[in-house]
Amino acid sequence: MKIEVIGSGCKKCKSLFELTEVVSRELGINDTVLYSTDVNKIVAMGLMSSPVLTVNDKPVLVGILPDKERLKEIISKNI
Amino acid sequence: MFYPIQLLADWLTYTVFGIIPNTLLASAVNFFIFDTIKIFILLAVIVFVVSIIRSYLPPEKIRVILSRKNKYVGNVLASLLGIITPFCSCSAIPLFLGFVQAGIPLGTTFSFLIASPMINEVALVLLLGLFGWKIALIYIVSGLIIAIFSGIIIEHLKVENLVESSVYENSVNGDNFDLPSLSHKERINYALDYTKDILKKVWPYILIGIGLGAWIHGYLPADFLAEYAGSGKWYAVPLAVLIGIPLYSNAAGVIPLVSALTEKGVSMGTTLAFMMSVTALSLPEFMILKKVMKIKLIFIFAGIVSVGIVFTGYLFNIIL
Repeated sequence: MKIEVIGSGCKKCKSLFELTEVVSRELGINDTVLYSTDVNKIVAMGLMSSPVLTVNDKPVLVGILPDKERLKEIISKNI
Repeated sequence: MFYPIQLLADWLTYTVFGIIPNTLLASAVNFFIFDTIKIFILLAVIVFVVSIIRSYLPPEKIRVILSRKNKYVGNVLASLLGIITPFCSCSAIPLFLGFVQAGIPLGTTFSFLIASPMINEVALVLLLGLFGWKIALIYIVSGLIIAIFSGIIIEHLKVENLVESSVYENSVNGDNFDLPSLSHKERINYALDYTKDILKKVWPYILIGIGLGAWIHGYLPADFLAEYAGSGKWYAVPLAVLIGIPLYSNAAGVIPLVSALTEKGVSMGTTLAFMMSVTALSLPEFMILKKVMKIKLIFIFAGIVSVGIVFTGYLFNIIL
């Protein structure tokens, strides 16, 4: 499984990355969460907000830092 | 409309805290409690409503709307749609790239980039709550006019050569985006998350701003600043704009503070110019935009917007 956080390098993006790492560990996902600051990836998906969370290259969260429970819900729904 | 909050503020000030009425302390504490409760209620409600609207109209859909419009209609629509779009400096680059690479004209893109942070919901709540709807409306309309005309001027300057050439190396199909679809429940969750996120971010600034404002309200003599910042002082407006540039992240705290300053003699046009400068001209945003455009274009952009804001300031110093 590929879980990736893509952002422009802002504080919100790093926070989302760290939270995603915690949540995926709690969900028992062994794959490492990837972190990219290549904004072109976001634009190429047709999106324009940062950060973006993708599961298997499919965006599941765009432009927002949710709380932990919500993030857990979103990730488990998409794996 | 806010009468029950005033009753609550009175009860807390005079009964719970036992402060003697008609003293400076009573006036400052009462002002602080009333404004704080009022602003937080307004913030929660308005940010939530705007977030719901936004969940139907994210930037990706706005781009589709804008790509079908001709230049001038595009500038007007981009500025209007900028109102409901939140502006986080972390999205400045993907937004700029996404617009330009989908073939949206540079001027339309700038109209959007100017309106979006300038007319944001937090600033609007504070203006509405602390200055009343007339000033809030003047702010919105002036902001729109500045965004529309700055975009049109930039379009006519033909500055595409000042955009980093790498920007034009890629192009995207703006009709093609992969947004997660939202159910009604998810939409409400998104709006709740967003509202919580905003409140968490701005509450300390607002409390400090209202706190300082309350102190000024209670303790500084009226017209204390009239001598320095009254409408007769020509340099007050440009000075206010200059001071506003580095204050962006603190907009939430700055507006309550200046609302108290207007009571002490700072003229309304100067106040408006100051708030516009705080929201529209942001140093961190300029630094970020350096990745996609040459410094000269950032100066042109900042210069045009500044002139617009200074003009607005003078105008309302004359007519208000």
